[in-house]
Parts: sequence; C-alpha cells; structure tokens
Amino acid sequence: MERPMLCEDCGERQAEVHLTSIEADEMTTIHLCAGCASRRGLSSDAPQAEADEKPPLVDFLAQLGAPGYRTPEAVSTEPCPFCGISAADFRRTGRVGCSQCYVHFEPQLRGLLRRIHGSSQHAGKLYLSDATDISDRFGQISSMRRRMKRAIETEDFETAAELRDRIHELEVQG
Amino acid sequence: MSQAGAPVADHGLGWIRGGEEAEIVLSSRIRVARNLQGFPFPGRAGLEERADVAERIRAAVDRAESLESGFVWDIDSLDPVDREILVERHLISRDLIAGRKGPSSAALALARENSTGIMVNEEDHLRLQALVGGLELDLAWRQVDRLDEEIGALLPLAYHHQFGFLTACPTNVGTGLRASVLVHLPGLVLTKEISKVLEGISQVGLNYRGLYGEGSEVVGNFFQISNQTTLGKTEEDLIEHLGRVTGKVIEYERSARSVLLTEAPAVLEDKVWRAYGILRTARSIALEEMMNLLSGVRLGVSLKLLKTPRVETLNEILVRGQVAHLERAAGGILDEQDADVCRATFVRDKLAIDERDAGRGPADGSSDATAVDGPPSGG
Repeated sequence: MERPMLCEDCGERQAEVHLTSIEADEMTTIHLCAGCASRRGLSSDAPQAEADEKPPLVDFLAQLGAPGYRTPEAVSTEPCPFCGISAADFRRTGRVGCSQCYVHFEPQLRGLLRRIHGSSQHAGKLYLSDATDISDRFGQISSMRRRMKRAIETEDFETAAELRDRIHELEVQG
Repeated sequence: MSQAGAPVADHGLGWIRGGEEAEIVLSSRIRVARNLQGFPFPGRAGLEERADVAERIRAAVDRAESLESGFVWDIDSLDPVDREILVERHLISRDLIAGRKGPSSAALALARENSTGIMVNEEDHLRLQALVGGLELDLAWRQVDRLDEEIGALLPLAYHHQFGFLTACPTNVGTGLRASVLVHLPGLVLTKEISKVLEGISQVGLNYRGLYGEGSEVVGNFFQISNQTTLGKTEEDLIEHLGRVTGKVIEYERSARSVLLTEAPAVLEDKVWRAYGILRTARSIALEEMMNLLSGVRLGVSLKLLKTPRVETLNEILVRGQVAHLERAAGGILDEQDADVCRATFVRDKLAIDERDAGRGPADGSSDATAVDGPPSGG
C-alpha cells in the first residue's frame, strides 16, 4: 500500500503536505509538495494558513484558533476540559477526543455536522438507559412504536411484546 | 460465557453460503459505532483507560445473549497470521491491528452461529457489526439492532439528545450506522456504463469503493456501496435507501448482461471460458489476477455459460485465496512466489471438487468439457 505519493499540482515532487477537508458531503484529501502547498497558501510549518476556497472543516478550525472570534453562543477556543483536545489536534486527526467535546464545541460542531450530514438533529434510535434523561418521552414512544411495527412485520413477536409493554409503562408515567 | 483465545478456525464465514441475489450481491454488512460514557475515545485514551474500557466491554459481552457461547480474541496476544486472517474475512479493520506502540487493548468478539460481533477499541470503543450473505440488509440490521439493545442495557453509552450516538469522527455521529453491500458488476464495466451508475450512486448520497475498502482500487469488478451520512435520518431510512438503490443497480447490471449476451455472445463466452481455463490450470497466480478471473467465472456461472463452480465456491476462493489464509493452510509464512503457487494449487483443487461433485466437466452443453486433470483435449 505504501508508495511514494506525488504532488497533485505539479505531479513531479513528492507530496509532503496532506490536507483533509470536508466539503459538502465529501471528505477529500489533497496531497501537495512543499512548493505547491505554499503557492496555494498552505504550508506544513504554518497550519493556520488557508486554501483559496476555505473548506468547512478548515473554516471551523480557523474559528477555533482565531483570537477574538466570538459568536453570540460563545465559541470556545479553549481545549476540551475533559480530554484536553485542541483545535490543532482535531485538525491533524479529523477526530474529536471524547463525548464532552460535543458539548464543549457544540456551536461550531452543529454547523459542521449540518454541512457533512445535511442535518444536525439525530432522528434515529433513542438511547434508553437509566443514565439518560427521559424528558423526551414523546420521542421515545414514537421511536418504540416504529420499532414495534418493524418487529411485527418481521414476525419478531417477542420483541414486539416487550416494546408494547415499555410503551405502556411510559404512557402510564406521562 | 465466551471463549477467549479460541482458534480462529472457520468463524465468520457464514456469508459465503449466499442469500438473496447472491450471484450479484456477495454480502451485506452493517455496523454501528458506539462509545462508553465517561471515557475518552480510544485515539485519545491512555493504555490504562483503553484496558479499562476493554474489560468493561468484555464483561458485557459475556452477558449479551447474541454473543452467548461466542468467541473473544484479544488482538494483542493473537498470532500475526490469525490477525491477518480476521482482516481478510472483513471481521476487523486493518486500522485495528495497525502498528500501535505497546498494547492496544483491541479485541474482537464474535457470535458462535453467525458473523455478528463487536470490534473493541478501534476508532470508537465499540463497533457492533453483522456480515451476512447476499442482499440481506434487513437481516444484518436485525442482528446489529438486537446486539445494540443488549449492549446498551449493560453499558452506559455516550449519547447526546441532539447529536445522537457520539463518535470519534463527526462523519459517524447520530446513528453511527454504516450499511454496505458488496456487489459484482462486470456487465456494467464491460458495457462501459459503470461510471454513469457510480456517478448516480454518489448523487443520491451513497458512497462506493473497491473491494478492499477505503482508497482501494477496484479489483475484479467488485464494488462496495454504502451510506454516506449518519445523522438526521432513521436507521431504517438509511438502510431502506441503500437497499432500494442496490436493487436499481442490480437491474442495470442485469440489462447490461443481456445486452452483452445479445450483442457479443462469442466474445463474452470466450472471456468466461478463458477465465475458467486459467484458474483451472494455472500453476502460479497472483491475488489480483485471481480476483479478476474469478469475476469472469462468476459472470459465466450467473449467465449459465458455466455449470460449475457453485457461487459458494467462488466466494470461498475469494476469502481463502488470500495470503494469510494460504499461510495458515501451508502452516508457515510464504513469500510472494510461494504464495502464488499455493494459491494456484488451492484454486485448481477447489474447482476440480465442484466439477467432480457435478459429475462432469463444466460444460455448457454445447461443447465438450476439458479433461479434468489431463492436457486440454483440443478443438
């Protein structure tokens, strides 16, 4: 799998700068040599530099690092208090460090998620554990109804009965 | 109770027996990404935290009904060939075994009767997954959903009221679900319609890639199609969408094949028989060549130009013709040349067994079968 990668701009020199960006729904990586990277305004020494057209992830990360930048929701420039991940770590790996990052960087992440997924609101399975807050009882009930319907369709009557009981419990509580 | 450190043996190969549309759809896979509350994600966790997470998951695995009497392999203590075997069976990702310093606390739990399992401490703490034969996304989802319910009841999972299940990569957040099908599309490749179809696939919010996953070249006309987004839609919607698009792709592939059969039957037949002839007689064969020829034979079997081998045999060769599987069979490490020789022998034997089981050569009825073990009869 390891083969020398050539610069995508000049196609001659070995690529040294690898920029991963998430644009529209796609994650792309461009590979450039140092010369072409600096011509594009990118350099491995100056990770703050931006490409001509700022991809959303770079945009998002620039916001994290930009001094004085504040939205009304108080965009956080501090590292995550739980795992200590910084904007630079995120930029390098494309990964957040822990579940608290989603709370800590929430305002920025919401925008990023909307660009990646076209939505920032989960619509799938609800998680019902003792530790989860159960304020969204209506949502839970409708999710369980949906799963019960599917269970009946697939003749999984045991699961269907279990769900019926749980729905009943929630309705009684309400 | 699960068995730790049991031999890798034949586990996780149930998919090769096929399912709906097995001639075109090799397998359906679904995974969901989950993380434990209160621990940094594996990429950010220290050795002790990873070990702690692995231990908690291990305890839950022992109690999860779906995995009852199943297996658990600790990747750190697994023989390197066995690790590769698990990668070749698509039960663990290459990332899980990629050169980490020190112990990784990575593990694989696998059910006894099917390919439902959990990859532990990869990019996320848990990747719950199921791999089944043919176009059976609903079956795979039922298995994963059930395991998810069991694990979620035993372990507190990282969940956010707005973002859903939280994952290390923002591209997985929400449902954490990736559903994929592995399809064989030689008709579309030969009629040069494939780029249009692939373009269509990306336009409807799905991804495609080669058999070996991310960034890999397409080999043997095998394509993996999967959902791209994970947030904002229900699991059922994501799966149904992939299933519907796959159904369309199958339709296009079928019509491409019938065009080939009407417009260029001789060329097609020649291609299929040459592919079979080489696989049946070669004394040394590289993996990529084998995969490309298997594609020709699979097409021939599907169009009934060949009577043997069975689709199951083709699937099995695809798995066991890979290096680590050949090494396990040979009982030692093989260099490239030796592997090519072992591969050719393995393939010849497998095809011969199917010919014998069918009671005759792989004739199409219009021509005589080539002698099984002797030189070609000529003509």
